Order: sequence, then C-alpha cells, then structure tokens
Amino acid sequence: MRTFGVVLIVITGLVLLYAGLGLPQFGDPHAPAAEHVSDHYIKHAYHDDHTPNIVTVMIADYRSFDTLGETIVVFAAGLACYLLLRGEPRRRKRADEEDQTA
Amino acid sequence: MIRRPDNMIVDVVVRLMVPAIQIFAFYVIFHGHYSPGGGFQGGALLAGSILLQRVALGTERSQLSFPVRYGLPFGIIGVFIFAGTGLFALIMGGQYLQYDAMPFGLTPVWLRNTGILLVELGVAFAVMGVLVSIYDSLACSSDEEGGRC
Repeated sequence: MRTFGVVLIVITGLVLLYAGLGLPQFGDPHAPAAEHVSDHYIKHAYHDDHTPNIVTVMIADYRSFDTLGETIVVFAAGLACYLLLRGEPRRRKRADEEDQTA
Repeated sequence: MIRRPDNMIVDVVVRLMVPAIQIFAFYVIFHGHYSPGGGFQGGALLAGSILLQRVALGTERSQLSFPVRYGLPFGIIGVFIFAGTGLFALIMGGQYLQYDAMPFGLTPVWLRNTGILLVELGVAFAVMGVLVSIYDSLACSSDEEGGRC
C-alpha cells in the first residue's frame, strides 16, 4: 500500500510537471489571463467607482457574487464549529429517551 | 481550564491596546477604497481585539465587552447586510448586487462606491463574529463547568 502511494504521488507529480510546461511565461503580457477581462478592469475601475484601489473594486463590485460566496463560506465554517463543538449531542439524548421508555 | 494570572501589566497594556486596534480596524475597513484593506482584514482585526481580551482578561471579564452569545448573530447580521444590499438593488429594479440601482439620490458612480462600502461592512461584521465564535466554540467545548457558553 505504501509503495502504491509513492508511485501514485510520483506519477501525479510527473503529470503536473508536464502540464506546467504548457503554462505561459511569468509576466507574459499575452497570457490568456491578462488578455480577457483584466484589461477592461484596469482601464475602467476608477471611472466606474471613483475608487483608486482596483482590488477593492474587483472584489466588491465586479466580482461581488464571488465575495458573497466567500462570506457565506466563512459563516458556514463558524456555524459548523458551533454545531460540532457546542451543539447538543443527539445520540446521548436518544439513549436517555430509550432508558426512560424502558 | 487555564487559570488567569493576575498580572497588572498585562491588564493595563491590553486595556490600552484594544481601543487602538479597534480604531485601526475601522480605518482599514473604511479606507479600503484607497489603500490595501477592506472587510476581511478589518474584520480579522476587530476579532483580534476581542480575542486579545478573551486571552488576557479571561473569559468572564471579557464578557462585558463582547458576550459569547453575540458571536454567531454578528456573523448572521454581516451576511444579511451583504445579501440585503444585493436584494435591495434587485427590488429597486436592478440586478442582484447592481449597486447603481439603489435609490439614494447619488450619481451611479457614487452609488457603486457606497455599495462597495456597505458590502465591506457586511463582510467585516461576518468575519469578526465568526472568528470570535470559532474561538469561543473551541474554548468552551473543553470547559465543562462553564455555564455561560
């Protein structure tokens, strides 16, 4: 099992390395990520929102759906901690009821 | 549970630092339009100021500034502010989260500016409430006798 895991990791690493060869050069102005919408964002951010911080415009205006999802994820994490650590253990309660009926 | 040592220096330093941290947190939130910062960072700082009191002053005395039971409600309020801003724009005839549909009597550009601020405030509330709530969940789960958790 252990050798299988090592072989799996090596194969995955090789596949990732091979895929990495196809990535654009670092700082390439014609990379796909830099050509689609980034140009529009950088040109229009101040004009659209009167906000010098482009990052703020991006996360709170252009991509506000994404930020809403992030906030909900953060809240879900808090809720999960609450329910796991502070919630009433249901199993114990059910056992108590069975004791009472029996 | 770890017993709180009665150390006057820690006490006084924390009392001096907490307001400064909180003011800086609000600066980070409201200055997010002009400098690095925003809701997530400001919320984390606010939560840090509360957790500093929790750690340094003990659970009991830190209840005075932020009770344990307020943690998750603050998170809920934050998410509601964010989602409510979007819903408000939707009701007023725009698309969801289309800030310039809100009827505040400003030009569309400044409406979007205001919308960003509202959303950042919601994020800050949510992050602060949730971080404090997670700490309290962890601290209270090991505290069997604590009745207030």
